[in-house]
Amino acid sequence: MNEPLRLIVNDVAIEYGARRVLAGVSFELCAGETLVVAGANGSGKSSLLRVICGLQRPARGTVVIRTNGTVLRPSEALHLLGWVAPDLYLYRELTALENLAFFAAVRGIRCTRADLEALLDRVGLGGRGDDLLAAYSSGMTQRLRYAYALLHRPRILALDEPTVTFDARGVALVEQVIARQRDHGITIIATNDPREERFGDYILRLAQ
Amino acid sequence: MDPHISPQSAIETSSTAMPSEAPLLMAAWAVFRKDVRSELRTRYALNAILLFAVSTVVAMSMGMGPLTVSRNADLPIIQAALLWVAILFAAFTGLARAFVQEEEARTAAALRLSARPTAVFLGKLLFNLALLLLLVAVTTTLFIIMLRVQAGNPGLLAALLLAGSLGLVAATTLIAAIIARASVKGALFAVLSFPLLAPLLVVAIQGSANAIAGRGWESGVGSLQVLAGYTIALFTASLFLFNSVWEP
Repeated sequence: MNEPLRLIVNDVAIEYGARRVLAGVSFELCAGETLVVAGANGSGKSSLLRVICGLQRPARGTVVIRTNGTVLRPSEALHLLGWVAPDLYLYRELTALENLAFFAAVRGIRCTRADLEALLDRVGLGGRGDDLLAAYSSGMTQRLRYAYALLHRPRILALDEPTVTFDARGVALVEQVIARQRDHGITIIATNDPREERFGDYILRLAQ
Repeated sequence: MDPHISPQSAIETSSTAMPSEAPLLMAAWAVFRKDVRSELRTRYALNAILLFAVSTVVAMSMGMGPLTVSRNADLPIIQAALLWVAILFAAFTGLARAFVQEEEARTAAALRLSARPTAVFLGKLLFNLALLLLLVAVTTTLFIIMLRVQAGNPGLLAALLLAGSLGLVAATTLIAAIIARASVKGALFAVLSFPLLAPLLVVAIQGSANAIAGRGWESGVGSLQVLAGYTIALFTASLFLFNSVWEP
């Protein structure tokens, strides 16, 4: 069965203690589609992305990923999910190459140092692979987050504030990543920057 | 709070093959290697447990002097108890580190998104075992030298230390994962671990006392069997429970 990839978010509610951040969000995306989740600070954009990636439990509702006739929950679909976010932290005591080699190993990806260097080159970190992350600037750290997220060619890419801390070349990188993801899978972008709404086929506006 | 979805354009769909999962043991080995590399660079757990072990044995030695001076029938059980208490308290200072570090450095999310929970558990367990075996080797060597302990059956003592270490790690690795997200980590680790470790300690101390007294292997077989059973039970329970602890 060659069913296209589908992401089904059904009635997802998010609460922090007594405070309800998100009430009953539902949508469905197919491979090739990009959704922009827009809203002010505190509207639940980042939390929604974390729920989609299986990093946070919703107060209500489900997130289901269907592919080739198989239904997977996010926690079962690690190899399909990629996540870039300001609260994604990698190992500061390791170098960029060591970080990528580690995440490749736990994901079961066979790759050489040259492969990882090529990936770093693609995100604009060519020649900086042997530097410890502790020595990276915020922009370089953000680029490495992209390398981490793209390492396994995820079919669902969740980008939270995708251009934050980026210069013009960094923004071009994000545009390139989103364009390539269209041929490959689903992209979900959480942003409060109106300029980034142009990336989406659909816009989900969250009110505070 | 009402969401609105507005279509902008139609996109063609595409499909690619699903990547396979990493073999469990290879992923666990990668977690272990990463933790060893991180530890060698930061030396957070290593410094804490070794400093604690050395200072405890030195304090015992200074406070009591060589125990062999006043040898009596109760001496082996006192020595065994002191040895295991030193190992246990030193372990409390470092064994939670593998998970606490992931939460404090906020790298746990990247790990959760990349590795299967069982691989994380096995990798962390292996790292804790390596750390504990190093601690046991250092503590026991210092203990034997500074307190002039004469281990009558060193083979049995080594077997009991190994079996006890396996049990200690099997019990504490899951607890380390539980307390990593709590605010009072250190105290909680000791409070939750101690009731689980009490039976292990009693058996390990009794067996080690027999080994120090120089009794034969037959005197330690029972202790070794209990420790092996304890380790298997705790390891199996931890393996099944870890998913619920690790997942958000």
